Amino acid sequence: MSSAEPELEPVAEGEWRRLDKRTVLVTAFVMAGVAAGAALPTTLGLAGGMPLGQAFGWVLAGAVLLIAAGAAADYVRWRRTRYRIGLDRAELHTGLLLVKRRSLARERVRSVDLSANPLLRVLGLVKVRIGTGEHAGGESTLELDPVSKAEGERLRTQLLARTATTAPGTHREGDLAALDPSWIRYAPVSFVAPLLGGAAVGGVMQVSEWFGAQRKVIDWVGDRFQDTSIALTLVLIVVAAVAAGVVGAIGLWVEMWWNYRLEREPGGTLRVRRGLFTARSISIEERRLRGVELVEPLGVRLLGAARVDAVATGLADDEQDKHADLKVLLPPAPRMVADEVAAQVLREPVAPTSAARLTAHPQAARTRRLRRALASALLPLVVLTVLGAWLTSVLLYIAAACAVVALPAAVIFALDAYRSLGHGISGAYLVARSGTVRRATVALQRGGVIGWTVKQSVFQRRAGLLTLTATTAAGAGAYSVYDAGESEGLAFASDAVPGLLEPFLIRGDETEGCGSAEVGATIPV
Amino acid sequence: MRLRPPNSTLNERVVGWWRVQLLLATAIPVTLLAVLGLLIGPARLWLLTPAAVLAVLGLACTLFLPNWWFRVHRWEVTDEAVYVRTGAFWQEWRIAPMSRIQTVDTMRGPLEQAFRLATVIVTTASSKGAIKIEGLDHEQAAQLAEQLTRITRAIPGDAT
Repeated sequence: MSSAEPELEPVAEGEWRRLDKRTVLVTAFVMAGVAAGAALPTTLGLAGGMPLGQAFGWVLAGAVLLIAAGAAADYVRWRRTRYRIGLDRAELHTGLLLVKRRSLARERVRSVDLSANPLLRVLGLVKVRIGTGEHAGGESTLELDPVSKAEGERLRTQLLARTATTAPGTHREGDLAALDPSWIRYAPVSFVAPLLGGAAVGGVMQVSEWFGAQRKVIDWVGDRFQDTSIALTLVLIVVAAVAAGVVGAIGLWVEMWWNYRLEREPGGTLRVRRGLFTARSISIEERRLRGVELVEPLGVRLLGAARVDAVATGLADDEQDKHADLKVLLPPAPRMVADEVAAQVLREPVAPTSAARLTAHPQAARTRRLRRALASALLPLVVLTVLGAWLTSVLLYIAAACAVVALPAAVIFALDAYRSLGHGISGAYLVARSGTVRRATVALQRGGVIGWTVKQSVFQRRAGLLTLTATTAAGAGAYSVYDAGESEGLAFASDAVPGLLEPFLIRGDETEGCGSAEVGATIPV
Repeated sequence: MRLRPPNSTLNERVVGWWRVQLLLATAIPVTLLAVLGLLIGPARLWLLTPAAVLAVLGLACTLFLPNWWFRVHRWEVTDEAVYVRTGAFWQEWRIAPMSRIQTVDTMRGPLEQAFRLATVIVTTASSKGAIKIEGLDHEQAAQLAEQLTRITRAIPGDAT
């Protein structure tokens, strides 16, 4: 980030500036890429009706027109776009006919994120997103696409420069975590792998369809496996897809997490930098951090690892890139590292996610989970059996095979889901854990809770359970404690946020938590 | 330990409003099915039977649900918080402290206007924290919104 930018003359505060002119070049390149991508199928399509040379000529003309139009449009956009960082407002004027003026109060600016795809990086440019972190859609972000790297860095430091707070405790500034390449072992077990595998198979089919050769591909695969049984062929295809998925997941991991480092900057800003081709810099002010979430997807959890997400206000999603995962502070890493990073981030001696002594939930919660899991496993089985008895006995065998696999799996998942449930208070944090396929432990600042929602279905009422949801301005907006014991859960909620729930509670002396119909009846209807 | 019910009920006219809503929700599919059933001879049985079942269920709901809902829907505004209870099968209690309220809106749909009712919507900084009080008398709703706005304006901070 220290590349000198000779043409960047120091500009007085509050002067109107333009985006970098090279944006026209970038757009031209992008358009050329689009044209090249579209050219192949179009040429092949046209070649059916005319000589190849003629088709090529048409496509080339179209491509040139596309590139020129794109570049011209972007030139106009560049001419019409100006921004200014004033003393108390950041402003952006853009638009050709309808001039859009957007202005953010500087004191409300909560994030300045930089990202650069390979094309921008080659040209030394970055895209800057300035956000206030309000939930009002795109109205609260300014996007400068693109400015030079040095200008981006200047904006970041200028907009996030606050009076350095004297931080409590002795927590260090500088690097909190850096990438350990051995963490790549957690990439293949993520849920991305099977998705990418499926996408690979789908991609092969799609491309072959463009060439009208889908039939041939299927036949070719059929020929290869002429002597093997259908079942074995299917297994081999699945293995190939999984292998492709694993390779894809590793590739994606490298692209996302290469050069990862998490650091704390003076003035209380956490900064994540990462990315092999597309370099990103994400800044999270500590004063808008409301806690952390320790996320353990099933595969990652089995390997004893966890990911750390920030629970912060105003972490807007990047609309153009849903996979950007701006909230991730640490990629899947060994549990010890994750706890250490969580503690460092929160400036606590020990991470509340591991220090909290979690209260287990009542047995009724386990019954509910078992019942639900078995029901969802049995329903398709019953359908299969009925159809089998009616139509053909083959379905009955399939049902039996499914039963052998699905029922134990359902029980295991239900028991694990129950074991995951827990809630507690650790210092200034409220800790709640739930989930089995994606187990998440959230540590939420008690001061960050801005309301409670208590839910109770008829079944929960009979079992003496309820679901507590703490609403917050940060992260997902609400974090739930599922199926807590009625009385104990309410006591927990009222302890966690003093004064909020108390006026509405009745400390009854009824017998509690035994799951009988009488307990249900004590809830007034 | 349990949550006590909030102390105010909604306006009685809300029962009528709910009834009309349920009636409309029943009448539209039933009429559609019945008309189709009368027009299409071969499928008459298959169209009129569900129409009849729907009509019976819908009318039963129209008769019984609104009264039940009226008994369970309650609300309360104290100096510190807004407290609302909704839901019959799935009961829900929502509490938002005054200090965290960001906006207070009132809303009146066409049907609500006919019943001189209004809905007060209290939003907090959470994307999932909006509280709705449906079925208040429209004048009372306006007063409540004004009162809430006055209280929340007096509290400094950005409510996050």
